[in-house]
Amino acid sequence: MALSLFKSLMIPKTASVYPLKWRNRLYALVALVFLSVIIIVLASSIGSTQVPFSTVWGILLDRLPLVNLNPARESVTETIVADIRLPRVILASLVGAALAVAGATYQGLFRNPLADPYLIGVAQGAALGATIGFLLPLRVTSLEVVPVFAFCGALLAVAIVYSIARVGKTLPITTLILAGVALGAFLASITSYLIIASGDRLHGIISWLLGRFSLSNWGQVTAVTPYILMGVAVIWLYARPLNIIQLDEEQAQQLGIDVERVKLMLLVAATLITAAAVSFCGTIGFVGIIVPHAIRLLWGPDYRFLLPLSTFAGAILLVLADTTARTILAPAEIPVGVITAFLGAPFFLYLLRQKKRAIF
Amino acid sequence: MFNLRLDKISLGYGDRTVLKNISLEVEPRQMVGIIGPNGCGKSTLIKGITRLISWRSGNIFADGKSIARLSRSDLARLIAVVPQNAFLPDLFTAFEVVLMGRTPHLGYFRYESHKDITITKRAMEVTQTIALAERRIGELSGGEKQRVTIARALAQEPKVILLDEPTAHLDINYQIEILDLVRNLCQERGLVTIIALHDLNLAAQYCGRLILLHKGRVYRQGTPQEVIDAQTIKEVYGAQVMVCPHPINELPATFVVPGGLTRTKEEVKPIG
Repeated sequence: MALSLFKSLMIPKTASVYPLKWRNRLYALVALVFLSVIIIVLASSIGSTQVPFSTVWGILLDRLPLVNLNPARESVTETIVADIRLPRVILASLVGAALAVAGATYQGLFRNPLADPYLIGVAQGAALGATIGFLLPLRVTSLEVVPVFAFCGALLAVAIVYSIARVGKTLPITTLILAGVALGAFLASITSYLIIASGDRLHGIISWLLGRFSLSNWGQVTAVTPYILMGVAVIWLYARPLNIIQLDEEQAQQLGIDVERVKLMLLVAATLITAAAVSFCGTIGFVGIIVPHAIRLLWGPDYRFLLPLSTFAGAILLVLADTTARTILAPAEIPVGVITAFLGAPFFLYLLRQKKRAIF
Repeated sequence: MFNLRLDKISLGYGDRTVLKNISLEVEPRQMVGIIGPNGCGKSTLIKGITRLISWRSGNIFADGKSIARLSRSDLARLIAVVPQNAFLPDLFTAFEVVLMGRTPHLGYFRYESHKDITITKRAMEVTQTIALAERRIGELSGGEKQRVTIARALAQEPKVILLDEPTAHLDINYQIEILDLVRNLCQERGLVTIIALHDLNLAAQYCGRLILLHKGRVYRQGTPQEVIDAQTIKEVYGAQVMVCPHPINELPATFVVPGGLTRTKEEVKPIG
């Protein structure tokens, strides 16, 4: 399995017989990988204390084993970059990647261009979990309790939706979406009530709901990385079955795909990475729905390219958005969800204008 | 010789039995047409053979071995289906769709080799879709899409091909094109071919053997001459028609007679 994942990224030996489009997509992927690294370093250099680009490279390379540049640097600079900015930037890139991949997966799984990672109750479950976390009487630990509650709330909500929608051995997609929307509305109404009743803790809840990275640290990165890496890897592996499911379920079965198994695997993986992504930073909108569509418009619908391309594009978009969010009104911060839509929507509308053919 | 044998197969949805005790044996290079009124179970039979609907009773044998316990991909290497009005996603290219036919040979995680690309290209040449390879599905006509679907079935390299109304909603030139293609493939590749058709004239012209389904059973089967006659059509469809020999090849040609319904609408219900 690891081998095929690796192979999917290599230019095949027989590349000459493959369509030209495939090679263009591979070049795009390589370019996006490089770009995301550069954006991560650049974002770590920008902020209230400007750190030169080259210094950030030095600090980063120094952290690698066997590298010792040993330059004369102020330890304050190093702390700002390595312990404050970098975890935040890395977390933003992980969350962006997770949301974009989950969005692409849900759109494919549901064969619905309107699907986003929050369609079947993840967001509302996480929001209710987080709100309960904020309101618990044990105030001292609310920062640690909230992510756990959000994560569990998200998973619980999807599990309920899944068990309601399941009919015997099959999972009808339309029922799943409707159950998700209905349960989501129910949970959201409870959350709204709790927020109104919350009094002085209103601000914390609202800021979580709108999405924020201001409290990031390496602990959070360590906590979410395994879920996101594992989930994204599983989804990448299922790229080809996901392509076949774009036909319809009967044709996919007639082409040898065990559709119910593929649906379950993808649903679990996408839900897990979404839950991990929202647990610390709140429900950041827009990335999950727009990034896969933009990639589809630019490089086509083949999930073997769409998923890796969305991963890196999602990371880039969210790092850019978060950097903007923390610098534009510094020292104040804007919720990152506000920026994703403000940056992403005009770009997406531009793409829509450029390509007037079918988009899904 | 390879053959496909249905042994007293019964199929249905929920409480409703659609087909009862259907037995049938088909050999390669033979084009077998399934005909019958709407709701008689033509599509159900095709879905049943690929196990999209589980069987109530009976068994199906390919080359003497039951297909009841084959995995999905083993089954797809054996039997390819050209579904009725197959949905194809607009953004994929024709090549990408035909390449999907290689799925049962690859499993979930392996990627296509040079060999798969070659087989795909050959399937597109045979079906004359190679010129469309880089075009998106959304830009193709109904007839072109149908040929792409047939190319995809060929890329599966099956022993059996099932076609559900491949000419539905197509103009007469595409009807001829598609059926000529299917007949050639059936002969040249030695495919077991079962084709559901609602057009009696096309069925008579292209299929050496016809199965007429009515009230959940095989009402009549045999050569077109044995199956299609005015009396049988009246019994099964409740329509008054004239059946005359085709001027070129003497096969039965059916002519409608306006106002020639012999049953009122309430009587013409699908069986339940």
